[in-house]
Amino acid sequence: MIPLLAQAANPIVRWEYFIDEWDQIRRALVEHLELTVYAVALGLIVSAGLAAIALRYRWMVTPINGFTAFLYTIPSVALFGILVPYFGLSRLSAVLPLAAYTLLILVTNIVAGFNSVSPEVREAADGMGMTPARRVFQVELPLAMPYIIAGLRIAVVSTVGLVTVAAIIGQGGLGRLILDGLRRTFWTPMTIGSSLSILLALALDGLILLGGRWLTPWAQRGRGVL
Amino acid sequence: MLIGPSGCGKTTTLRMINRLIEPTSGRIVINGEDVTQRPVAELRREIGYVIQQVGLFPHQTIANNIATVPKMLGWDKQRISDRIGELASLVGLESAMLDRYPDELSGGQQQRVGVARALAADPPVLLMDEPFGAVDPIVRTRLQDELLELQARVGKTIVLVTHDIDEALKIADRIALLNVGGILEQYSSADELLAQPANEFVEEFVGEDRSVKRLQLRTVADLPFQQGPVVPVTAGAQAARDAMRDYSSEWFGVTSQGEFLGWVHGDDLEDDTPLESAPRSVPAAQLEPESTLRNAMQVIMTSHTSVAVVDDGGRFGGVVTLEQIRASLEAEIAR
Repeated sequence: MIPLLAQAANPIVRWEYFIDEWDQIRRALVEHLELTVYAVALGLIVSAGLAAIALRYRWMVTPINGFTAFLYTIPSVALFGILVPYFGLSRLSAVLPLAAYTLLILVTNIVAGFNSVSPEVREAADGMGMTPARRVFQVELPLAMPYIIAGLRIAVVSTVGLVTVAAIIGQGGLGRLILDGLRRTFWTPMTIGSSLSILLALALDGLILLGGRWLTPWAQRGRGVL
Repeated sequence: MLIGPSGCGKTTTLRMINRLIEPTSGRIVINGEDVTQRPVAELRREIGYVIQQVGLFPHQTIANNIATVPKMLGWDKQRISDRIGELASLVGLESAMLDRYPDELSGGQQQRVGVARALAADPPVLLMDEPFGAVDPIVRTRLQDELLELQARVGKTIVLVTHDIDEALKIADRIALLNVGGILEQYSSADELLAQPANEFVEEFVGEDRSVKRLQLRTVADLPFQQGPVVPVTAGAQAARDAMRDYSSEWFGVTSQGEFLGWVHGDDLEDDTPLESAPRSVPAAQLEPESTLRNAMQVIMTSHTSVAVVDDGGRFGGVVTLEQIRASLEAEIAR
């Protein structure tokens, strides 16, 4: 085949692909979104627990940080592979590593958020007779929210990117389009998969930003973190 | 009022009252009940708490900050919003501020909100830990005056911690002076603390100008009334001479229908002219009955006649001399 012809036959995007493969694209997009949401949600729950331990027992901060940082250093391709013998090519094999990667940023930011609450505010809360639970949920959590939101945004954006790698174990949402394109040297699915992944990341980031503003109206007027 | 140098345990003492620090021994009793016998959250909701850094919740509006304790006590919405309005006017906050966030207020305004928040559920006891330490001196003086006015209206038991002796003297009914290590050096009225310091430490702590400070605790109204060399403008020259002689004064004052007109020098007195037309060469140095004796002293020092005139709402209320002020320090100690 003459290379020039191959170029002509393989443009960056073939628009009719959108129409022909719309079902597949839509499924990939939904799956991508689901994997992201499940992973970040799971990461957030685990992080909340780890952060609670770190805040309660200060000496646990270093080991928890070390652990989450260690998870973060494992190459993603390897981590997806490790779980396959246990959970097969299932969604769980994709979600667990993705969630693990969110821990470092989420735990760090949750802890930083709670540490940002000034001692006077805590003392005032105690002094007025707030129970510890009330203090945490009505005072400290809202005040930590700008930090948590900031962490969440980074976690979501990076997870959307990482989901594509899960394509190597048959998951991966838009990553499968990209992998498909790579295997066939067919640019259209690669372009569409990548573009949609970027758009999804931007959309989710914007959504969390807006949600964060709605949750922390006070931070917009004073000196906020967002 | 708890006062003392750093490390004397004044804040610790305060924090034991609402059990932010648990006492290891001894008893703290409020209304006959030992504080350690009560559920801690319940106890604290009945004790107003104001701290130096205010500690307002940055994420809540001023109104919600004030409503903190009433909400915990389960008051209904109407009662809470009525109470917020009441408190705002009590501490001098404009209602427009209620919807703002703490960061949008000045330090002085924040401190007022802190006091309003502490008073929200009308607690019988108020604890204040250096409440005016973080604001500038001008605002501090104003807030102190406001606290005195507020206290005159609400009549709480206030325990206030300060390291500023002048603040203590100005505000306190009783002062507990602590020394490093929690040693109670003296517990007395402000006047007694100044007049009869229990030991050298107290003497040093209150400062060398103890007597001048005592003058700040008394007002002109506390002095015995003294007519002074003052005569009605309708009186004759002889009456004026008698008045000057009685008070060994070179000056005499004239009043008309109870109002003080001014001072006339004895040399300007002539037998055939009425007092009405005698030259009143020196304007009166005026004081009000509420003026402190320290202020009176200041006024007299700068007055030509060595005498100040008390202006009791436009009427002549007598004169004040340095001798009177000095004599008042020998009088009984106010307890």
